[in-house]
Amino acid sequence: MEVGFIMILPLVVGAMLGALVLVWWERRLLGFLQDRLGPNRLGPFGVGQMVADLIKLITKHDWVPPFADRLVFTLAPVAIVAAMLMGFAIVPFAPGWHIIDLNIGLLFFLAMTSLAVYGVLLAGLASNNKYSLLGGLRAAAQMVTYEVFMGLSIMGVVILTGSFNMSEIVRAQEDLWFFIPQVLGFVVFLIAGIAEAHRAPFDLPEAEHELVAGFHTEYSGMKFALVMVGEYLSVILTSAIIVTLFFGGWLGPDFLPPIIWFSLKTGLFICFFVLLRAAIPRPRYDQLMSLGWKILLPITLVNLLVTGAVVLLAKG
Amino acid sequence: MEVVLFYIAASIALTTSILVITRTTASHALIYLIVSLLAVAVIFYLLGAPFAAALEVVIYAGAIMVLFLFVVMMLNLGPSQVAQERRWLEPRMWIGPSILTLILFFEMVYILAGTPALTSGVAVSAKEVGERLFTTYLLGVELAGFLLLAALVGSYHLGRRYMRARREEIG
Repeated sequence: MEVGFIMILPLVVGAMLGALVLVWWERRLLGFLQDRLGPNRLGPFGVGQMVADLIKLITKHDWVPPFADRLVFTLAPVAIVAAMLMGFAIVPFAPGWHIIDLNIGLLFFLAMTSLAVYGVLLAGLASNNKYSLLGGLRAAAQMVTYEVFMGLSIMGVVILTGSFNMSEIVRAQEDLWFFIPQVLGFVVFLIAGIAEAHRAPFDLPEAEHELVAGFHTEYSGMKFALVMVGEYLSVILTSAIIVTLFFGGWLGPDFLPPIIWFSLKTGLFICFFVLLRAAIPRPRYDQLMSLGWKILLPITLVNLLVTGAVVLLAKG
Repeated sequence: MEVVLFYIAASIALTTSILVITRTTASHALIYLIVSLLAVAVIFYLLGAPFAAALEVVIYAGAIMVLFLFVVMMLNLGPSQVAQERRWLEPRMWIGPSILTLILFFEMVYILAGTPALTSGVAVSAKEVGERLFTTYLLGVELAGFLLLAALVGSYHLGRRYMRARREEIG
């Protein structure tokens, strides 16, 4: 069954709605984890909060600072969201449920995450504000650094599968989900995924007690909303990719359809992202960098070496 | 169909490349350069090299250009630099390079007009690229490895000296 290009519109709408629901769900879950209520006024469990937030952001004055680089300032949030939405193209939601079954699928995902850096970087640069610039600089260094481990950590999966194709990676996990043989790769990918999404605890590009709001200090109204949507999209995308690469994608016992298994697993990882935000404080910038280069890089290289050696030995 | 896609991508690559050298703001020039690299990636894909196309985006557009932009942000060039660029990009500066490039262009057209299409149009998989890299082109890979190692050691050394000086300064 090939669904292909007719999935584009439902997927874009679904991802945007998902990001919107996530805004409410994150605040609600954070409230629960921190022993307080969270949004609870509008509708049952405060579900109406997301509509209220949306209306507020749409009706706000969409201000472009006079000192900003107007064109780049306007296009940067669009670049963030566009790169993230493009990344969804290669995610296999169920057998045959994908927009494109690219034979370089995994590389396409890496390419899109690396292009997403520009949105953040250009937003910081175009704002022409010292806090935005510092946030953008941090984002550039952090994301380029963690991209390295992100790419290296999933090469173990590629070695085990022998392909960059996402559907084939899922099918190769029918006997054993890859998070067991690739536990090091999984841990590094998870950490790198959080850093790439610049989510708490690695939200140094927007560290509010030092940099006001980092790279999106000057953004307001719908442009700010787009920046936030981009962040939530990247949370959803990273969770979906983790599930596909390490937790068997759509695979699961027969009593539920594959798409439900995929959504459940992805949902679990989204909740884990929120839990991390509630549980761990933000590290210092140099701690973040030395964690990357001194711990994660050796781990991924050892993982890659051992995986390669084992696969070669098994082949005989 | 592929020919049409090729010409679209190629014209985008050419236009953006020209825009790269004529912009006076460094950040705008870099954005055009990124678009140009993306267009080149599309051309690679159309020529049957999906792996090269992916690497073009991941490495050139995704990593190297970020570092360029990083430097531009660090220097934080102001309006005075734009004015200086504008002075340097006077119309008469273009005459010499344009004539020389045109001569080369006609020479290239003359050579290419006689030869048939350069690609077979067969897609090359990532695996084939990898096998070639570690057999036929092993020497090149090793030399690139040396170069990267030298860069790594060099930057490590620079960082260390800087840190030592800082520590002495502080106390």
